[in-house]
Amino acid sequence: MLEQAFSGSKKYWIWIIILLVIIGCGVLAFLYQFYQGLGVTGMSRDVTWGFYIAQFTFLVGVAASAVMVVLPYYVHHYKDFGKITILGEFLAIGAVIMCMLFIFVDMGQPLRVVNIFLYPSPNSLMFWDSMSLGGYLVLNVIISRYTLDCEKKGIAPPKWLKPVVILSIPWAVSIHTVTAFLYQGLAARPFWLSAVMAPRFLATAFSAGPALLILLCLLLRKITKFDVGSEPIQKLAIITTYSMLLNIFFLLMEIFTGLYSGLPDHARHFQYLYFGLDGNYRLVPWMWISTILAIVSLILLLVPKYRKNEKLLIVAAFTVFLSIWIDKGLGMVVTGFIPSPLGYVPDYWPTWVEATISLAIYAIGLLIVTVLYKVALSMRRMLKTT
Amino acid sequence: MSIDRRQFLLIVGGVAAAGIAGKQTLEVFAENQSRNSKGFAGKRWAMLIDLKKCNENEGCTKCIDACHLTHNVPHFDNKKDEIKWIWKEKFEHAFVEQENYFVPEQIKQKPVLLFCNHCSNPPCVIVCPTQATWKRKDGIVMMDWHRCVGCRYCMAACPYGSRSFNWREPRPHIKKLNPDFPTRTKGVVEKCTFCDERLARGLKPSCVEACPGKAMIFGDLENPNSEIRKMLGENFTMRRKPELGTQPEIYYII
Repeated sequence: MLEQAFSGSKKYWIWIIILLVIIGCGVLAFLYQFYQGLGVTGMSRDVTWGFYIAQFTFLVGVAASAVMVVLPYYVHHYKDFGKITILGEFLAIGAVIMCMLFIFVDMGQPLRVVNIFLYPSPNSLMFWDSMSLGGYLVLNVIISRYTLDCEKKGIAPPKWLKPVVILSIPWAVSIHTVTAFLYQGLAARPFWLSAVMAPRFLATAFSAGPALLILLCLLLRKITKFDVGSEPIQKLAIITTYSMLLNIFFLLMEIFTGLYSGLPDHARHFQYLYFGLDGNYRLVPWMWISTILAIVSLILLLVPKYRKNEKLLIVAAFTVFLSIWIDKGLGMVVTGFIPSPLGYVPDYWPTWVEATISLAIYAIGLLIVTVLYKVALSMRRMLKTT
Repeated sequence: MSIDRRQFLLIVGGVAAAGIAGKQTLEVFAENQSRNSKGFAGKRWAMLIDLKKCNENEGCTKCIDACHLTHNVPHFDNKKDEIKWIWKEKFEHAFVEQENYFVPEQIKQKPVLLFCNHCSNPPCVIVCPTQATWKRKDGIVMMDWHRCVGCRYCMAACPYGSRSFNWREPRPHIKKLNPDFPTRTKGVVEKCTFCDERLARGLKPSCVEACPGKAMIFGDLENPNSEIRKMLGENFTMRRKPELGTQPEIYYII
């Protein structure tokens, strides 16, 4: 089936080459980082996790969101999602691989990564996170491979596949819950020490993920002959709407608890994030942009007239995705470290090296998703013509 | 698992060193400490810092210099790449949110010595994905620099900012190399180890030894006759962030 990835139009190849060039730049940047040490990033003794771990966290959400198409189709027999479950699963595969790469490039000693498996430490959430992410990747590879294979042969999927699919549903929830546990179990970091973190992670995942899927479906309709139809897209829009509402609700819970209680340990982080602290306003404009985008997206999603207008829906999906990306991919991780446990307000901003490597990992993800989508769509087109 | 490779090497090295050092080793020995052929043995090592005595010698950095020299701690001029095992911090940063209004100037201005708290319940140990940091039976929170993958989860979990990461190759930044102690490579975490290598040879931690004002008292909390136990019984002491349940083992007389 993979041979389909090697035949395509001129535009397809231009796109692939652009991605490969970006990946090449990223490889060079990574080699530089590998030989110089992580000092070439913006991270410091006080801010020990930065852009890489934030992207990892955001992408775990994108990976988990595949469940939002799998669940309605397999559990509720919502047939309209039949065409896009495979798109969700392929997106999950690309996202999980990106997650793993972001962890890899963040390591001080990447060549020692096997130590995590040589000395398994169940008391560390990082151990469980690697287990759940690895398992989720395997599940999605098996499911997508066999469903596509059977679709090609025109036979029903094997019976054992259904329980595997059902297993992938709680598994998807687990990957993002465990990722939240990485943060919310640390007494040293009051900003993350919140029981609502895991639920909020899921809400952001189930809004940003389906929003991305909406954009991808509409893009596919434009550049290929593959049309999922408007019904599934509207359904995805409704999923995005509810999840985004939940996300904002959880965020307000966090802000209320942090600010009304007035506990300095909690309040100071929110102050840094939204108003700036001790002259450091680094994230303030970003967080307000994120807030405005969230409000715009909710207006567009909540008014049925706007939501049903696919042009406006593109804007809505885009604003949801960007709003959550700023919140999780820029704000959430770094703010756990600012102010520091000793009351300092360190600064952090990713360097060019970090940006280049991150861009390259996104390019790898896009390459994987492009190739997998190409394979699936070419196969379906061939089935149609024969 | 009784002893690991590192401990074994230390014991072998310790026995050898004890033989060479001979009499000298015996002399530096505090009377209150129990001792066996392997050096100092303790069940729960702890440290008490008398800040009144500490601040008598204004601007003194002897403990810091001794520690960083002994352990080949590299020196970076920029705060971003900084590595420190023991350092000074103002009261408001050492004891965050505990500063009252109108504090006596000598408390407000004078620095507090900070280093790894060797917590009884260390959050850094729980989160380590490779068991590269662990709690020894004698209370020391140890590190294996050969196993550490550099994920820095321990640094996120430490509420005291006690851990440093080698953001860059440390060796060119070591001022004076001590051939008796390993250097580290870039990409691993490091911190104070209560001078486990010295304890194994029957020597007190180098900071304690270097302190001219005898402001640092090191000892075994399980030993009721130890000096530290006596001092703790006679003075009101403070610990950093005790409310987190980490049970830090560094005590301060303010």
